[in-house]
Amino acid sequence: MARVHESTIINASIDAVWHVLRNFNSHVDWHPAIATSQIENGLPADTVGAIRNFTLADGGLLREQLIKLDDEAHELAYCLLEAPLPLNGYVATIKLKPVTETGQTFWTWESTFSPPDHRKQELVALVAKDIYQAGFKALEDYLGGSGPTHASVHHQTGQGASWSPSYEQIRRHDTSSAGPSALGTLTTHAIVMDAHGGPDVLRPRQVEVPAPGPGQVRIRQSFIGVNYIDVYSRTGYFNLIDPPGIPGMEAAGTVESVGEGVTHVQPGDAIAYACAPVGAYTGLRTMEAELVIRLPRWLDPRMAAASLLKGVSAGFLLHDVHALRRDDVAVVHAAAGGVGSMLVQWASALGARVVATVSTPQKAAIAEAHGAYATVIGRGADFVETVMQVSNGRGADVVYDAIGRDTFAQSFEALAIRGHLVSFGQASGAIGEWDIGHFATKSATLSRPNYAHYTQTGEMMEQQAARFFKAVEERMLTLAEPTLYDLGQAAEAHRDLEARRTTGSIVLKV
Amino acid sequence: MTHVYVSSIIPAPANTVWALVRDFNALPQWTPFVVESRIEQNVPSDKVGCIRAFSLNDGGRIREQLLALSDYDMSCTYAILESPMGVENYIATLSLTPVTDGNVTFAEWQARFDCPADREAELIQQIGTHVFQAGFNALKRHFGH
Repeated sequence: MARVHESTIINASIDAVWHVLRNFNSHVDWHPAIATSQIENGLPADTVGAIRNFTLADGGLLREQLIKLDDEAHELAYCLLEAPLPLNGYVATIKLKPVTETGQTFWTWESTFSPPDHRKQELVALVAKDIYQAGFKALEDYLGGSGPTHASVHHQTGQGASWSPSYEQIRRHDTSSAGPSALGTLTTHAIVMDAHGGPDVLRPRQVEVPAPGPGQVRIRQSFIGVNYIDVYSRTGYFNLIDPPGIPGMEAAGTVESVGEGVTHVQPGDAIAYACAPVGAYTGLRTMEAELVIRLPRWLDPRMAAASLLKGVSAGFLLHDVHALRRDDVAVVHAAAGGVGSMLVQWASALGARVVATVSTPQKAAIAEAHGAYATVIGRGADFVETVMQVSNGRGADVVYDAIGRDTFAQSFEALAIRGHLVSFGQASGAIGEWDIGHFATKSATLSRPNYAHYTQTGEMMEQQAARFFKAVEERMLTLAEPTLYDLGQAAEAHRDLEARRTTGSIVLKV
Repeated sequence: MTHVYVSSIIPAPANTVWALVRDFNALPQWTPFVVESRIEQNVPSDKVGCIRAFSLNDGGRIREQLLALSDYDMSCTYAILESPMGVENYIATLSLTPVTDGNVTFAEWQARFDCPADREAELIQQIGTHVFQAGFNALKRHFGH
């Protein structure tokens, strides 16, 4: 049995260090030995039992499983499942303790394993030096050595209480929030459109962003979500932008500064938003603070920007627009798209039988992996027939249709008596004129929900976001990595989205 | 139950620091506030259960009993039997942990006790700052800082 035990003092607060270390998927951000990292099966990175899949800088592959995570004691443990080296039975523990006198952090990293005798010395040295000691230094560099802000005697009262530091938002990579927030107007890169039109109207430009007024926040955005509604606002199909203007309704980042009277977020907080008014395609943005959602610790800004608007949409479509019931037969068109893939997963998890329609076999595989009961490629007669088979000839209780012109008639045909057609988009074009009398042939209900009407107050947004976060935490939904474009490539991102060249989410990186 | 926790870094190897603080009768040798100490019944100072009776430089007298001593964990736990502080059920632990990076010592000192609610803040301040942190400051000076 070999034992490695290393410890150090990190020049950062325990909250800052723990915030990074408790994220089982964070090593790729700071440890030099790790080239890529992902959590298998899309689990949140703080799920005990989660498996991380590393590729090493030298090309090796590693799988490790989180077997203990303790926020109270600041302690976690993991074991090795697969490795290129004979670190047999490797179990490691990370423990943090606060140095109250200085505000620094005492970090212990230790492990036991059973290497072959002739390699013991070499492997112990490798783990101690290349993994633990190198990791100590790398994390301190990553946290910017900005150091703790204060030292104090900590205490807590109450029966059986124990000392526990309050959670303090980490302020990494963000020099502006290390001290007082910058005042006055700031300049940033943004995408501005001078007229409605094709993707080419989206042009990079420098813009000025005012300091937040009363009730406002200024956000340093790191990732911006691209949604089909951005296309509608660009073309003028939806009257959301009166050019010149900045499109976009979704982004994530950190609070740069807050205006008077803002209490639910503070500078340095990780936040996201997904709502009107438009104006998200920018590096910095000032907006109403009540529309901003604090991110749960397990959700990083990239994934938040990729999923919040789509997740909230799927949430109200399945609960508020139509209250989906167990055993409902639900049709989801464009089932591998952003909202579509969330609808399939979430509706399936709620116990509905989902008939998914897609355009290619690749997209069919995605819908099937997400739990679709039946998948149809194309939306013609085959599709209606499949719905009838799945529903024993009754038809669909609800059809979620964001394709519009090309699918509307088939969607209606697939409906059951007293079925509900939810039309929430028209990617293929406007639906045109329909005779309301025709709906009487099925006593059908038609809904045309507007995202804004389900999210327009802080309270509504908070409830919608909370429902979405809970669904992810309960693993009803898994989030896929988005396709990333630079902010300056917004036009290209729109072209690819409209040409349906992408699956899942598109995110612009600032 | 009130909990006070203070920790510090002592610039010396842990076994060196431990050699000084493990002696339950050695407070006068390293703290600035204990002027005289003896072990009751003339038992060894590392006998678990022994009682130290000491005088503070302000004249106060305290009796404390050793409840646990671990050379393996480098930790020592004791309870107050009598003191002028007005605390009940007071149990404290002093523990040392080596920091391999730099060969220094991570030192923790914590206590749990009951007291009247209106005295809690004052006692936390007194114990946390004027006993535990003051003790650590003295240890740091002792080892050359």
